[in-house]
Parts: sequence; C-alpha cells; structure tokens
Amino acid sequence: MDFNLTEDRQMLADTLGRFLSEQYPVEHRIKVAYEAPYHDPALWDQLVELGALYALAPEEAGGMGGSGFDVSVVFEALGKALCPEPVLGALMASRILAAAGADQEGLLTGASKYAVAITEIDAPYELDQIATVAMAKGDEFALSGRKSTVYGGQAADAILVAAKYGDGLGVFAVNASDANVTGYGMMDGGGAAEVLLDDTPATLILAEAEAALEDAVNAGIVALCAEAVGAMDVAHATTVDYLKQRKQFGVPIGKFQVLQHRAVDMLTAIEQARSITIKAAAELGGEDASRYSSMAKNMIGRAARLVAEESIQMHGGIAMTWEYAVSHYAKRLIMLDAQLGDTDYHLSQVMKDYAA
Amino acid sequence: MDLSYSKEDLTFRDEVRAFLAEHLPEEIASAVRCGGELTKAMMEEWHAILNTRGWLATIWPKEFGGPGWSPVQKHIFEEECCRAYAPRIVPFGLNMLGPVLIKFGSKEQQDHYLPRILDGTDWWCQGYSEPGAGSDLASLKTKAERDGDAWVINGQKTWTTLGQHADWIFCLCRTDPDVKQQAGISFILVDMATPGIEVRPIKLIEGGHEVNEVFFTDVRVPIGNLVGEENKGWTIAKFLLSHERTGIAGVGFSMQALAEVKAIARQTMRGGKPLIEDPLFAARIAQAEIDLEAMKITNLRMLFKAQEQGAPGPETSLLKIKGTVINQELKDLARRALGPAAAPFPGHVTEGNLMFGPTDTEHNAARYFNNRKTSIFGGSNEIQRNIVTKTMLEL
Repeated sequence: MDFNLTEDRQMLADTLGRFLSEQYPVEHRIKVAYEAPYHDPALWDQLVELGALYALAPEEAGGMGGSGFDVSVVFEALGKALCPEPVLGALMASRILAAAGADQEGLLTGASKYAVAITEIDAPYELDQIATVAMAKGDEFALSGRKSTVYGGQAADAILVAAKYGDGLGVFAVNASDANVTGYGMMDGGGAAEVLLDDTPATLILAEAEAALEDAVNAGIVALCAEAVGAMDVAHATTVDYLKQRKQFGVPIGKFQVLQHRAVDMLTAIEQARSITIKAAAELGGEDASRYSSMAKNMIGRAARLVAEESIQMHGGIAMTWEYAVSHYAKRLIMLDAQLGDTDYHLSQVMKDYAA
Repeated sequence: MDLSYSKEDLTFRDEVRAFLAEHLPEEIASAVRCGGELTKAMMEEWHAILNTRGWLATIWPKEFGGPGWSPVQKHIFEEECCRAYAPRIVPFGLNMLGPVLIKFGSKEQQDHYLPRILDGTDWWCQGYSEPGAGSDLASLKTKAERDGDAWVINGQKTWTTLGQHADWIFCLCRTDPDVKQQAGISFILVDMATPGIEVRPIKLIEGGHEVNEVFFTDVRVPIGNLVGEENKGWTIAKFLLSHERTGIAGVGFSMQALAEVKAIARQTMRGGKPLIEDPLFAARIAQAEIDLEAMKITNLRMLFKAQEQGAPGPETSLLKIKGTVINQELKDLARRALGPAAAPFPGHVTEGNLMFGPTDTEHNAARYFNNRKTSIFGGSNEIQRNIVTKTMLEL
C-alpha cells in the first residue's frame, strides 16, 4: 500500500502545475474559454510539448503512461487551473485507437485534435440507445445521425463517432471538414459541437466496439473526477481564504461557527471524492472498472455540487460576479455532471448489480 | 500509488483469518451477528482467547506485551474481526488506559496494572464525562483533595460505559480549582470497591444497559494512584482521546451493516418483488455503498499517513464525522427494510410465535437507536468539526 505518487508522476504533476499557473492564469483562462475557438491554440501546443498527451497513452501505443493514475495526475492539474483545452477528447480517442491497434502518432504529437462523439440528444449517456448508423459503401463507410454536445468538437480535426454497425456498435473516424460541425461555447467555458452526419464518409476504426467505448468512457470519468477534485481544492481553499479576509459585524466571518462547520463539511466531501477517484483510477482497465467509475462519478456529482454551491453561498455576492474566479470554478463543477453520465445515471448503474 | 496490501500483509491477513476461523467460538460470533447485548463472560472469554495468541493489546508496544503491528496490520486485524463477527475489544483498559500508563505511568504502575489488563484480572471503565461536562470536558467538577497520604474524591461521573462490570475506573479530577480549567486536572486510578462509590445504571433509548452514573462520596484513594504529574491530567486526557484512532471510521462495522441491509432487502418482499429491486430503496443502498467505498480508501489514506508520520493527524476527525454518519444511514436502512418486522421490542417475538419475522433480525430497530450514540460520543461530530476548523482550516 502506497498513497504517494511515483517520482515520475510527481514530476509530471509539478511540471504541469507550474506551466498552467504561469501560462494559464485564471484571467487568461476566462478570456479564452468563452470566445471561439473556446481554448488557446498556442497554449495547446505548449501543453502537448510538455508531454501531457503522452502521459495518457501506454507505451505500446507510443505513449509513456496510460494508467488510471497517469490520467488522474494530468486532469487534476488541468482542473486546478480550470483549463479548457480539449484534452478529454484526446484521452478518450487514444483509448479507442489503442484498443483498435491503430496508429495514434498524430494524436499524441498534438498535430491532430480529436473529439469523441458518443452523446446524442436522446441518448446522452447510454451506449445502447445510440441511433446514429453506419452503412458500408464499398471499402468505406457512410454515417448518418446527429451527435450532440461533442466536447472539443469545435476545435477537432478528427472525430471518432460511435454508430450502430452490424449487431452492435462500431467506432468510425470522420474528418471534421467532411461533417456538418457547429461549434459553440459552454456555460462553464470551453467548447463543444453539434455534429450532423448525413451520408458522411467515414473510416472504420473498430467493430464490436462496446468494450472499447466503455473503457474510453471509464477513462473519461476518471479524468473528469480528477479534474473536479483539482477544481474543488481550489474552490475550497479560496473560500477558506475569503472567510479569513472578509469582515462583517467587526470580525472575520470565518469566526462564525455556522460557516466553519460548513467549510469542514466541504472538506470532508472533497476528501471522500478524492478517495473514490483514487479507487476508480486504480481499477481503470480492470474487470470492475465500470462499477468503480460509476461510483466515482456519482460521488463527484454530489460533492462538486456541494462545493460549488457552498463556495458561492459562503462568499456572498462577490462569487456571483463574472470577474471573481470562484464563479467559474463553480460553473465547471456543476456542469461536468452532465458529461459521461450524471449523478443519477451512475447511481442507477451501481444499483443494477443488486437485482438478485 | 498502490492500493493493494503487500505480500507480507496478505500473509498476515490469511493468518488472522485462519485464527478467527479456528478460535472464535460460534456462540459468540452468532451473538454479535444478531446484535443483542453481549454478556460479560463472552467478552472475557474472547479477550482470553486473543491474549493466549498475544493479539489482545493490539496497540501496545512489543516490550509491554503488544504484538508489534504496523497501523496497516492493526487495520487488517480489525477488518478481519468484523468479517468474522468477533466482538469489539473492550477498549477502556486495552486501548485507553494501557497506552496512557505506557506513556505517563511510573514503572511500578506499569508493572502492576498492565499484566492485570492483559490477563483480565482488572476490568476498567472511564471516568471522564460529567452531567455538566460533556463536550466541554475541561469544565469537570469532580474534585480530588489531598488529605495526608490519600486523595479524597467527591463528585459524579456519567456515561460510564460497562461500568457495571468494572473493577477499576480512571478518573479526571479537579485538583486545583484556582487556575485555568485545563491546568487544574489530574488523572487518578480508583478501585471501584472503595467505600463511597455508587454505580447507578442508565437505561438507554432502546432499553439496554450499557452506561452508568458513578457517584463519589468521600472516596479515599492512595496518593500513589495519581498517573503522571499532579494538575497535568489534561495532557493525558487529550493524549487518550487522540491516540488511537485507526478504527474510528468503523469501516468494518459498516461493511457488516451493508451486507446485512442487502440480505434483508433481498428477503423482504414489496409489491410482489424483493425490496432490493425497488429503485427508491436500491438507490439509498447504492448511495451508502458508494460513500462506504470512498470511506474505505479515505481510511487507508489516513492509515498510510499515520504510518509515514508516526502518528495520526487531525484528518482522523473527518473519518469520525463521515464514518459515523455512513454507519447510521446503514442502520436506518436495515430498520426500514424490515418495515413492521423491525417494530416489536426485542425479546417480545419468540421462536414459537414468528408473527413478524425471523428472530435474528429482531435487534435492528434497537441498533438503529443505539447507534445514534456514535456521532455523539468520543467528541461529538460538532466538536470534531471544531477541531478541523482549528487545525486544518486554521480559521
């Protein structure tokens, strides 16, 4: 048993943390996250140069990491900085490409930005409800359907699309320029896209792709959970700091027990969230990965909402402003619930095992 | 980052598991499983079995008769004991007074009392809380005054757990009323057979007899029964409260409780289907299970930190705050899963008249009520929040 990071991962965490705090201060983040293309292409390049993407893929796929803890280290750093770069799409695409044994040099060098299109309006989280279909056309394929809120889709060069194929699901690569892609910004910063596919040419990456998609989703969940833990740490620290600074009735408001105990409850929730994220990271790729990912995403959903809402409430009016960083942390913490399965969805996944 | 036990720890776990399978008497395990009160004889029998193996004083250093386990091994032992439905070790002599004597006691005190704790000669209880001193323990009023070669003790202690079985009580007494509260307290050992001591039972919410009031009227105790220095008892009190916290999250007990809730919900029928298939109820179980899974890791993280730093940190307060609430939620689920079958008073449903359900579930409502204590005792969860506020948030 060892809860310390390995030296390599600690170094990666430090390097990323330093880079993000120097190059991606929150004022800059707020500026780029809400204007097209909803990230900073120059900083994306630098982030890639630091090895952030290589850490997400295993050696046999050309990377230098790829375990759950590599994923969580990278995304916790991104979460602390509220970084809107489309790294999640790269991670999930990398998992699928690795499962397919496909080349991913373009992905890992950052030359091609990838997005993964699973979500549909009527199938926000459930793989078995996907309606987009693939049709064979000679050696190639054509896809039809609509993919919704494809995170990173606004900036993607390549989109990996999950579609019905044969008796199950296949994953197909689509050039973003071949599809009807409408990008937009998100409430919490960063971007996504609606992807309309109408007999759109596509390349088959992987047939019978259910297991690979599930693994990609599980990896994405570990990433989102770690991102949330990083963001919650900052929101909580900022709130506690504010309790020490802000005076009302002649004393720092942190002297009021009603606020003290709530600050402790936030901390308890964050530590529990950190624990379940560690567990999900440890199980990623294993037999029980989906179960622990669901547990983690459910708990993160609850903790993130508590921390977001309490951070705003305990700050008072200042955290309602666009100018104050906590408002953006709160938005991210709330909105990530809707990515890759929300609190209720994952609770129901955990319950599924109970039926006798 | 590695969440698995080492090879040595796994070997140790197997050793503990095998020992429990062989030596834990079935009648004791089944008494624990059905959740009624254990008799004094059962607790003493179990202590003796562990003592024979050298596994009774799990947190004492080796030279005093402890097994010399790491925090992780202690945790494994506790976990395995829960799995096997072994009784909790009665903590007052073994986990409370023992470490105090080892740290603050004289050689004579150590030589006299420690072996008697191990072999069960002395059953200890704790004289801390008073009617007017609960969370604000330092305001205690029971006084000990010097009179020749004796302390004369007058006052009242309360919530004295299992004091009805005790031969001895360790007491916090006020020995200097004229200084700051914390500075005038001493730690004194008292033979319960001393004239002037009266023990009165307190009947608890569920009807059980677990705690007592202890009254002291001109109780004369030898001067030598003082532990550590006069008026330095508060240091000992704090040491005792913060010393041994590995089990505070109650993870093992909550794992028992979760398994039990699921078993009950599989047997109980609602609307023609097992209750566990009811999404409302299953959702509550699932949420508690997720909280518990996280708590397992939180517990291990704190253990690991304690092992690295040599002592548990203030984070253990978080374990208590969350661990007790998870356990209480599971007790509530068990009671609720049984529905009306949980309602009869324990003992009122007899084997020959199974109107409501199997008798082995009869203690569920009682346990729900009894377990409300866990967020109150050992420093209430509100006091734990005060501790975290000061030590971790520095507010």
